[in-house]
Amino acid sequence: MTRHEILDELKKVIAPYTTNKEMLAGIDDQTDLIRDLKINSANLVDIIIDAEAKYDIEIDYDVADKMMIVGSCIDVISEKVNEKQ
Amino acid sequence: MVTGLGVVAPNAIGVPAFLHAIQNGISGIKFIPRYQELNFSCHLAGMPDFKWESLNNYLSEVTLHGLKGTNIGYGLVAAMDAWADSGMPYDTEEPRWETGCVFGNSIADTEAMKNVITRVDNKEARKLGSRVVEQAMNSGVTSYISGRLGLGNRVITNSAACATGTQAILMGYEYIKDGYAKRMVVGSAEHVDTYVYGAFDSMRVLSRKFNDHPEQASRPMSATAGGFIPGSGAGALVLEDLDFALERGAKIYAEVIGGASNSGGQRVGGTMTAANPTGVIRCINEALTESGIKPEQIDLISGHLTATNADRQEIQNWSDALQLKGDNFPLTNSLKSMIGHCLSAAGSIETVASILQIVHGFVHPNINLEDPNPEITNLAGVDSLPVKIIKKEVNIVAKANFGFGDVNSCLILSKFN
Repeated sequence: MTRHEILDELKKVIAPYTTNKEMLAGIDDQTDLIRDLKINSANLVDIIIDAEAKYDIEIDYDVADKMMIVGSCIDVISEKVNEKQ
Repeated sequence: MVTGLGVVAPNAIGVPAFLHAIQNGISGIKFIPRYQELNFSCHLAGMPDFKWESLNNYLSEVTLHGLKGTNIGYGLVAAMDAWADSGMPYDTEEPRWETGCVFGNSIADTEAMKNVITRVDNKEARKLGSRVVEQAMNSGVTSYISGRLGLGNRVITNSAACATGTQAILMGYEYIKDGYAKRMVVGSAEHVDTYVYGAFDSMRVLSRKFNDHPEQASRPMSATAGGFIPGSGAGALVLEDLDFALERGAKIYAEVIGGASNSGGQRVGGTMTAANPTGVIRCINEALTESGIKPEQIDLISGHLTATNADRQEIQNWSDALQLKGDNFPLTNSLKSMIGHCLSAAGSIETVASILQIVHGFVHPNINLEDPNPEITNLAGVDSLPVKIIKKEVNIVAKANFGFGDVNSCLILSKFN
């Protein structure tokens, strides 16, 4: 799975948690989930849980703490998906 | 001053439809197949025809995503409708420091919580996410309301069983009267989920002989009353200081002029489930004294009157408190004949109905009262218990509710002069 493919899927995971749909369409590695997409910090947990379900992976609490920008989300998901294969 | 009304009731959602329903004696009691499957003795409930998607009009999609608490949905819609009805916009940048909220409920939606219990028991607690606690907490309803409206004054969740709604309104009124707030959003919500329903069913206090005739099943004060029908919904009011309301040109529906809330102490005939008559009588009398109203001035009693064998004692208590009986007993009605007993939401929905009767000059009918209980008509004349709508000026309404725990609340509502 390429980073680009993960990004496309990630947008769908994030969609229910941001009202800023225009910005969501144009996110890149540097986009900050809280600062740029105005996601409630409490909801980051829900995004991680939804991503776990989508990719059938498990993201432990310490790793999850790093998932603050889109790039680090993709790093973590890509690593976990590759571990699985 | 009451400047806004909102309601989610079993027989109508929204004030115009609710007004039509109570004027025409429309029942909101329905057959619930699931209750039959579960071997409950009663298979009926007052269930609002609520479309969950309608919450899109009140909340952002982000907030709505993950919202599951039915009582929160009901309470939020009633409160937002009352707010809009009072002529104010939802959005605000700054907190509204002058406005608070007292909104009550009984319990979080245990049906929604079932998913939580299952996941925890399956060792999957980490999958619960961030949205459970805010909906499990008793203050969930007030938190959603005050968050949506940016309320910055006192925000309090009250719970006093069936007296919750009237008590919430009384508390809001007192905060304004005592100068703590200029405006209060008050009311209450209830969702009688399957598990709470089952527990009431097991107490054998529900109507079980009219399962084939849902609309006839809630029969307050009748000789064939055999228990209550649980109902769900929410009622909400915006209360405002008079000058504050006039300053912004708000329309004024009516006025809360006083009230009282107490407990019979579960003594002298009072128990967890039965009211101590002395407590009820004191509550009614304190409400009258507080309002400066004499018993003869009461145009309408909006009773608690659930359709259990407590109805007779309630009428006795009113009669003893007011020292009025027979043909002198005030006109009395029970909205529960149409919507069932909405528990924590009863007081607020019934207060909305009381205010509409003041504003539009009518007394709504008691449906299913073709066979009044003779022990009740011994105390209150038959003509005091109308079975058809009466068009007349209504200036003063006494609205009371009495709840488990031997708690009482009585409001005196008046036409605004």
